[in-house]
Amino acid sequence: MAAVTETLDTVDRLAAQKYKYGFETAIAMDEFPKGLNEDIVALISAKKNEPEWMLAWRLKAYRMWRKMEEPDWARIKHPPIDYENLYYYAAPSGPAPKTLEEVDPSLLAMYEKLGIPLNERAALAGVESPTVAVDAVFDSVSVATTFRETLSKSGVIFCPISEAVREHPELVREYLGSVVPVGDNYFSALNSAVFSDGSFVFIPKGVRCPMELSTYFRINARNTGQFERTLIIAEEGASVSYLEGCTAPMRDENQLHAAVVELVALDDAKIKYSTVQNWYPGDADGKGGIYNFVTKRGACRGRNSKISWTQVETGSAITWKYPSCILQGDGSVGEFYSVALTHNYQQADTGTKMIHIGKNTTSTIISKGISAGHSNNTYRGLVKIMPGASNARNFTQCDSLLIGDECGAHTVPYIESRNMTAKVEHEATTSKIAEDQLFYCRSRGLSEEDAVGLIVNGFCKDVLKELPMEFAVEAQKLLAVSLEGSVG
Amino acid sequence: MLEIKNLTARIEDKEILRGVNLVVPDGEIHAIMGPNGAGKSTLSYVLSGREGYEVTGGSAVYNGQDLLAMEPEQRAAAGVFLAFQYPVELPGVGNANFIRTALNSIRRARGEPELDAVAFLKLARAAIKNLSMPDDMLKRNVNVGFSGGEKKRNEVLQMALLNPGLAILDETDSGLDIDALKIVADGVNALRSPKFSALVITHYQRLLDHIVPDHVHVLAAGKIIRSGGPELAHELEAHGYAGLEAA
Repeated sequence: MAAVTETLDTVDRLAAQKYKYGFETAIAMDEFPKGLNEDIVALISAKKNEPEWMLAWRLKAYRMWRKMEEPDWARIKHPPIDYENLYYYAAPSGPAPKTLEEVDPSLLAMYEKLGIPLNERAALAGVESPTVAVDAVFDSVSVATTFRETLSKSGVIFCPISEAVREHPELVREYLGSVVPVGDNYFSALNSAVFSDGSFVFIPKGVRCPMELSTYFRINARNTGQFERTLIIAEEGASVSYLEGCTAPMRDENQLHAAVVELVALDDAKIKYSTVQNWYPGDADGKGGIYNFVTKRGACRGRNSKISWTQVETGSAITWKYPSCILQGDGSVGEFYSVALTHNYQQADTGTKMIHIGKNTTSTIISKGISAGHSNNTYRGLVKIMPGASNARNFTQCDSLLIGDECGAHTVPYIESRNMTAKVEHEATTSKIAEDQLFYCRSRGLSEEDAVGLIVNGFCKDVLKELPMEFAVEAQKLLAVSLEGSVG
Repeated sequence: MLEIKNLTARIEDKEILRGVNLVVPDGEIHAIMGPNGAGKSTLSYVLSGREGYEVTGGSAVYNGQDLLAMEPEQRAAAGVFLAFQYPVELPGVGNANFIRTALNSIRRARGEPELDAVAFLKLARAAIKNLSMPDDMLKRNVNVGFSGGEKKRNEVLQMALLNPGLAILDETDSGLDIDALKIVADGVNALRSPKFSALVITHYQRLLDHIVPDHVHVLAAGKIIRSGGPELAHELEAHGYAGLEAA
């Protein structure tokens, strides 16, 4: 095992900067050569001891990706990404840890620094009852998954997806790529070829998952793309709440993150998926930061199933992300609650797609965009009512808040209705934080930054209240911190 | 004690205050009356530090501190409170959370320990009861959907909880029915103490029937043109500002 060498430099930089997750953990890493070709794909597959069918699936994806082009319709600008200059696999070296005791202590220390309660022993010995199980993904591999035994008692499977490929091939083969097909888009094809880890969740029929499940993603290595893959299946009558958090070190170069998340809900199943995305956003001049190109989609396959996406997006130099719901089962429900905050030179183009296929399907979209500095923030959403979706309902509310006068807010709603009985409502507002609101708060003793934080949190309240309690508190703090220096 | 000396101020190129002199000792309540456009609201904004008002001369010192050199939040920490003529709405921000954040900011600035949610709620409930206000006042969002009267009451509630040394009430009585007026007046009267002073800005005598001032000043065209006791307010009520200016 490698010795930990947290340099003084790193500590100094941490103290000086506002992005408190921007440290790097020095640890011996296995990296493959830069660039992408069939050999690299095969190497990744071999590294994971994958069965033949998985390699074939990856290669098919790789070949599709080679023929595709990066999408250019989003309202984002960036220099071309050099896919040949990236590492596609990076992992702490040595054999994969089998138990928590085998995990490199420096990794555990890092997760502790990030506030992730990874060490289940402490929780089990402690006074408080464990309520959150965590899967931690470091660069390309899952390093530890907690509370697996507790979960397995109720039949819940929560493990790294690389393990699921080996241990539960029948489930993975049935569902992987069934919601986001390999060739769905450029980034999903890339992910399908090179994904290295992520979480797998299976909640069997009739089981209500006894605790919140959580995955913590961390990009550490330089010049490395992170391509995680998450698959969540809730069988008939099952329910689960899943949380996802993300951070990365501060670096001058941009790093690519292209994840795919697939959710499947069968009859009467409920999946609640919450994200607090705080990848490094770049510095005040727009240098560095994560390029976040993510495909998230949920299929409400069963009758009266429900999928709810809640996201708080404060990080990344670029966010390209549209968590969507395919409302196939009659009476199924899709929800999308989003806060996207951009500051300095960040760009976000985010929203959702609600595809109504079944009868009596309903969807709700609440989007709150906050732009500050020189940033650009776009809501892009599609509500599509298919001919069979009688009595479908959608309500959409898109609110934009501007701080300062050099930022932009854009709303691009697409509505397609092919059924006369459907009802689709769309409301949108754009406002600025008013001088009188700031003065009112300050005259009561609040600093200008606290006042902005309070007003912004108030603006986002309808979304924040959808988050699990402990995440909501974290998200509120994150919003305030992300806006530091945005006024005055 | 508040001491204003020869204070001049303008908005853009327009002179509004043209040399205001005023001393408000601790323990006293002073009323400022005057016609529209006399500079009453400007005076309250200049004292509380609103942007857009340029002080061109003079001074305003409260308890030895140069108010004009301070940020609005520093003035609040020094004990200055402005009750707004038009209280501002803060959508999504709970009233209890807002007032507690404000109170704790002030306490922090003074080096006092912050109040946790439970301690604050106890304090807030007691204040609400004293002021005969409904309990849901704390749960609602700051001034959102409040009637004119409720907004003014919320100003008084904030004042009661922030417990200022100097309260400036900027036409707090405008648009109030007699019951609301009484609640506002009771709120101010409840704070009366040897350490509390207030500047009550109003158009009308009727508020001063409930908050009896120690002194009444008439502000016209940016200057205090007359000062007197409570009887001056009655005189104004009878003869109007026009009569006074002619005199």
